[in-house]
Amino acid sequence: MAYSVLVENVSKQFRLGKAEQFGMLREALVNGIKRLFLGETRNEDILWALNDISLEIKVGEVVGLIGRNGAGKSTLLKVLSKISYPSSGRVTVNGRVASLLEVGTGFHEELTGRENVYLNGSILGMKKKEVEAKFDAIVDFAGVERFIDTPIKRYSTGMRLRLGFAVAAHLDPEVLLVDEVLAVGDAGFQKKCLDTMEDLRSGGRTVVFVSHNMAAVENLCTRCVWIDGGRVREDGDPRAVIQSYMATFADVQQATSDLSANTQRHGSGEARFTRIELLSKERLSQPVTHSGDSLLVRLHYDAKTTLLHPDFVFRLHSEMGTLITETGTWHHGIDIPEVPQGKGYVDLEIDSLTLLPASYYISVSLNGVGAIVYDVVEHCVKLQIEGSSDIYRSSRVTSSRYGIVYFPQRWHLGQLRHSAPG
Amino acid sequence: MAFNAGWIVELWRYRELFYFLAWRDVMVRYKQTMLGVVWAVLQPLLTMIVFLVLFGNIAKISTGETPPALFYYIGLVPWIYFSGTLGMCANSLVSNVNLITKVYFPRVIIPASVALSGIVDFSIAAVFIGGFMIYYGIPPTGHLFLLPALIVLLFAFTYGLGMFLAALTAQFRDVKYATPFFIQLGMFVSPIIYPPSFISEKYRFWLGLNPLTGIIDSFRAAIIPGQPVEWSLLFLSCVVTVIILVVGAMYFHKVERTLADVI
Repeated sequence: MAYSVLVENVSKQFRLGKAEQFGMLREALVNGIKRLFLGETRNEDILWALNDISLEIKVGEVVGLIGRNGAGKSTLLKVLSKISYPSSGRVTVNGRVASLLEVGTGFHEELTGRENVYLNGSILGMKKKEVEAKFDAIVDFAGVERFIDTPIKRYSTGMRLRLGFAVAAHLDPEVLLVDEVLAVGDAGFQKKCLDTMEDLRSGGRTVVFVSHNMAAVENLCTRCVWIDGGRVREDGDPRAVIQSYMATFADVQQATSDLSANTQRHGSGEARFTRIELLSKERLSQPVTHSGDSLLVRLHYDAKTTLLHPDFVFRLHSEMGTLITETGTWHHGIDIPEVPQGKGYVDLEIDSLTLLPASYYISVSLNGVGAIVYDVVEHCVKLQIEGSSDIYRSSRVTSSRYGIVYFPQRWHLGQLRHSAPG
Repeated sequence: MAFNAGWIVELWRYRELFYFLAWRDVMVRYKQTMLGVVWAVLQPLLTMIVFLVLFGNIAKISTGETPPALFYYIGLVPWIYFSGTLGMCANSLVSNVNLITKVYFPRVIIPASVALSGIVDFSIAAVFIGGFMIYYGIPPTGHLFLLPALIVLLFAFTYGLGMFLAALTAQFRDVKYATPFFIQLGMFVSPIIYPPSFISEKYRFWLGLNPLTGIIDSFRAAIIPGQPVEWSLLFLSCVVTVIILVVGAMYFHKVERTLADVI
């Protein structure tokens, strides 16, 4: 058997509405009686979270699952890990499985680091003897020796993450199912995670990995599966799949993008971005942008209530989803005491787009005080940067072969002659 | 059918997790409560004192030959295990949501580990029965050998019902509020304050349908000399317990499949 995970015609349906959620026994009884007298009434609100998915994952493959929120990738991972059952179809997994949908699953605040290592290890499927044998290595990896007998309620978030990941890293599974774990933690921690995944890959383990981090998927995975609307939309080489996936976020660059009908957004909705305009310095519509051009991004919004201390944020992503830069009014120390209800716009003026020719994507968000998020629209505008022959005033053409960005720069040759002997 | 060999094999494979979860429950309980282990004894002891005053002195319900304090205490130890554990079992799936939605393991382990962890408190409280025996100068009976079997029966009944309630609570949110009320009622239809013989012959069968009747009565018979074991009552308890275990497991297994989606 060369396959490690076999998914055969798996479908999963959720009944929308109250029926499938945490119900009330009282309601269930009342509805049962109603149905008895009024006949069958509910069969319209069915959502196919997974719709006839078939996949064969071979031993040693590292598969990245990508797709938009709600596309079904997390549901698929849950079905693979047997947490959730498919409505129809079959999943077969060969070998010892570890699913890592969260770091530190089952950690208990009151227990010490040591106790939690044993508990968490056991929850993830390790035998007590195995945990004992690997205990020192786990503690060492997490770097929490001094606190190992302290209740973890006294741990910082970072320590908890490290401890949780340390246990997971020592699982030694044949098949590892990972969900977005890498999205949390500081850069050092993320690097550690990526290194561990890399080790697993070189150790010939099978990894299925759900992520929104396209760079990680591209670097780690040998295969990428794009899930869209509960189906496999594309399956193959990560670079190619990611590119076609990213291409669906925005059409070719348009000077004006209407966002009012955009449904790929989240946030409270108390305020919404309605339109984004790309303008030149002269406030004229700019349909073509070259490397080094200036750009004025006009963000139109519609506030349904008064917004207190909002932060307008602009983000630029590469074609592969890597965040190139984020900038907001908050970063600039601009405090907007309040924005009255109604429509308006703010402008972000970029002096020079030091980007090499390629497609880029703009995301915008409007945040309030604390954790309030009014509106986030990801990858909503495509920014097509055309080549320019004079960024270095050399008439030499630059392209995406030379990277993503260039810096305002100059070379000095002042020391060359002095280095000559004599 | 749900109960195939694969299921049993899998349960066996996850037995360590079962111990670990029970161990966690015990550790957490003793770390969080100030009184810790003392609480396990204090609960039946204080209840016993209240019973002595209320039912012994005021209502004057006869406890037969047995000293009332011993009679109440022996009845209270299994009852407190049952009522406390059942409540926790019923909430166990809901309170372990983070595990259920993130990791796979046979879900029956969750209520089972809760029922097992309660045995620790039960044992601590039970040791004190020995103290009573010495105090009253009562020699042990020849039926002491029944005790382990009775504990298993008590565990099985609590677990069977707990499994059923856990699944029901996970499915229907309002069950959570009804459970404590019915547990409270249960005390009056269990022979804690009165011996089964207190109930007229006609109704004793109905009382016996509550497995706790046979279990508590046999606990007393196993410890207190001169009290005969009511084998028919104990047999009835066993039969009902098995039925509840099977029904509980079947319902649990049915709910288990959709658990992660529903909870």
